[in-house]
Amino acid sequence: MAVISYREALRAAMRDELNRDENVVIMGEEVAQFNGAYKVTEGLLKEFGPKRIVDTPISEAGFIGLGIGASMLGIRPVMELMFWSFSYVAFDQIVNNAGNIRYMSGGLINCPIVIRGPANGGTNVGATHSHTPEAILASHPGIKVVCPATPYDAKGLLKAAIRDNDPVYVMENTILYNDKGEVPDEDYIVPIGVADVKRVGTDLTIVAHGRAVITSLKAAEILEKDHGVSVEVVDLRSIRPLDEETILKSVRKTHRALLVEENKPFCGVDAQVAYLIQSKAFDELDAPVHRVSSIDAPQIYCKRMEDLQMPNVERVVAEALKVLA
Amino acid sequence: MAKPAVLTHPESLKHPAGPSAYAKDPVNASMTKEAKIALYTKMARIRHFEQRCIRIYQQGKIGGFLHLYVGQEAVAAGTISLLGKDDHIITGYRDHGHGLMVGMGMNECMAELTGKVTGCSQGKGGSMHYFAPDKNYWGGHGIVGGQAPLGTGLAYAVKYKGLKGSCLAYMGDGAVNQGAVHEAYNLASLWDLPMIFVVENNGYSMGTSQERSTAHPGCLAKRAEGYNMAWDVINGHDVYEVRAKTALALKRAHEESKPTVLEIFTYRYFGHSMADPDKTYRDKEEIKTYRDKKDPVLLFEQELLREKVLTPELSQTINDAAMAEADKAAIFADESPDPTLADITKHIYWEEDNRGPKTTSRGTIIFE
Ligand SMILES: Cc1ncc(C[n+]2csc(CCOP(=O)(O)OP(=O)(O)O)c2C)c(N)n1
Ligand SMILES: [Mg+2]
Repeated sequence: MAVISYREALRAAMRDELNRDENVVIMGEEVAQFNGAYKVTEGLLKEFGPKRIVDTPISEAGFIGLGIGASMLGIRPVMELMFWSFSYVAFDQIVNNAGNIRYMSGGLINCPIVIRGPANGGTNVGATHSHTPEAILASHPGIKVVCPATPYDAKGLLKAAIRDNDPVYVMENTILYNDKGEVPDEDYIVPIGVADVKRVGTDLTIVAHGRAVITSLKAAEILEKDHGVSVEVVDLRSIRPLDEETILKSVRKTHRALLVEENKPFCGVDAQVAYLIQSKAFDELDAPVHRVSSIDAPQIYCKRMEDLQMPNVERVVAEALKVLA
Repeated sequence: MAKPAVLTHPESLKHPAGPSAYAKDPVNASMTKEAKIALYTKMARIRHFEQRCIRIYQQGKIGGFLHLYVGQEAVAAGTISLLGKDDHIITGYRDHGHGLMVGMGMNECMAELTGKVTGCSQGKGGSMHYFAPDKNYWGGHGIVGGQAPLGTGLAYAVKYKGLKGSCLAYMGDGAVNQGAVHEAYNLASLWDLPMIFVVENNGYSMGTSQERSTAHPGCLAKRAEGYNMAWDVINGHDVYEVRAKTALALKRAHEESKPTVLEIFTYRYFGHSMADPDKTYRDKEEIKTYRDKKDPVLLFEQELLREKVLTPELSQTINDAAMAEADKAAIFADESPDPTLADITKHIYWEEDNRGPKTTSRGTIIFE
């Protein structure tokens, strides 16, 4: 077991799958010669050559549509978006084409593509580059969405995504790219749709995904140390499919739930999770479900304010205490 | 009524009264008598299938949109008649003609229109979304221009696998103003893909004539030059010409792995869809002129009569058979069952439909 970064874990996943299946192709802006805008694909061109690692023009609808078309004939493109924010210029391809083709063809065609890249705020780049579209995309049947929070999950989920026969959208986080963690060298996957209890506790369940998991784990420590509260942190890992059982099991144990995500609150992922809890564990609850999301405004540029706009440890602790009151 | 639109179809492309200048082109001259009859038969089948559709639509059995191909048959017929086992096609929502040309049956096509489970997409796609991947037909796409990148990807896959094939992506004259089409043009040329973009220029995008939609003064195919691509214009009323010029583009794709834009001048006789009353943007006379003078099915019939490939009797037999086949398809569609409530949530995910020991993903994927 090696300790590697989230970035290296993603790269290792791609390298493994490039070696395993000759139909896997990495495509995107600056992924080859430039070694990746975030160096996630560094060295892959040298190792695999230009047939497998393909630089594209700045043409998201074009190259993602091309990848979808190629996948219908058995190619398995892994397409990098420099930011998921840029997916919006390719929305028709991502949603209408990738998400619907199997359905509209009555199951005759499938679309084994992966689109991956960072989807996060918190980087002081303003509203156009800070979108978190996991809820938007996961609301479309036909699409799978995963959000790894740790190097282990990043590698395992990306490998699972590449092997998956449906479109899987992997939402990463630039702030996590340098985070380190233990990652096995040997082949493994993290099955899509399985949440992970990242911290065991008895008094409160925090449900989170992406970097909100890391924030929640830090908050859980403070809650334990300063307030004597035992917090369980459930990392969704996958948004669709959603591991409802793990969420419900935890809530049935702690009887209190706080939902944390970096999305804006309206129609966020946690709106669905809150509905799940009230519909399937209503009688188990000792307090209403609370949420911590980003403050409901386009992402602010000013760094000091952006840090407050997003869920941070202080906000999570404060909201947790309200649920426990 | 608005002033009748001036069609931008160049005069030189209008069909001469006499025989096709392209009858002697090698791809046509080399056709056997049987092949010519088969091609005519396919065009007649498309025509009669769609004319039958009109009645069924009027009976209220076809929902939503129904975009007819009547008048444009020579485009699909001419191009598709040239394709081999590694040539693929993809098109927009005016997709019935292409489907019948690749060999889809009238039954599955008709049943799809009426939303029956026996339809080609089991009633999940409808008129705009026909698919037959086993026949290299990748749809049937409802979003104008959205299929152009997909087609480019099919060509990319053909090249990636080292096959000598191609992809033909069809679109309308309105679609060329979509960004996705331009992105696809650029990629196809940049990456030397065996791609043919077929612009079926019927003069109108819905109610907007080409001159009201397009800044470029020349023909639409010429835009290919901006992407360093070859292009050509074709009289789409003459199936021989369609074949002759498409054959050159196919050769370019197969031999050189280079893309082409083909603009094929054609005309639709009915409204944009059956929902279009067709009263505001073009003159009835214009439609009549095309019907009387430039009908691609009639022109090809005359051509084959002149060549003594067809006789009036044989032509009658072919047309009667096509009509009877369409009638039978209508009955088949009528008698077929609907999909069930449970079918609504099938064919969403490959993995859900193929659960087994190899399935890795878990969790709730279809929500209540
Ligand atoms: C993105 C998008 N915008 C608008 C429409 C509605 N629409 C469907 S067909 C059409 C006209 C397209 O005309 P053209 O490309 O010339 O093809 P034709 O119908 O003549 O075959 C329009 C506006 C659509 N389906 N997709
Ligand atoms: Mg048109």
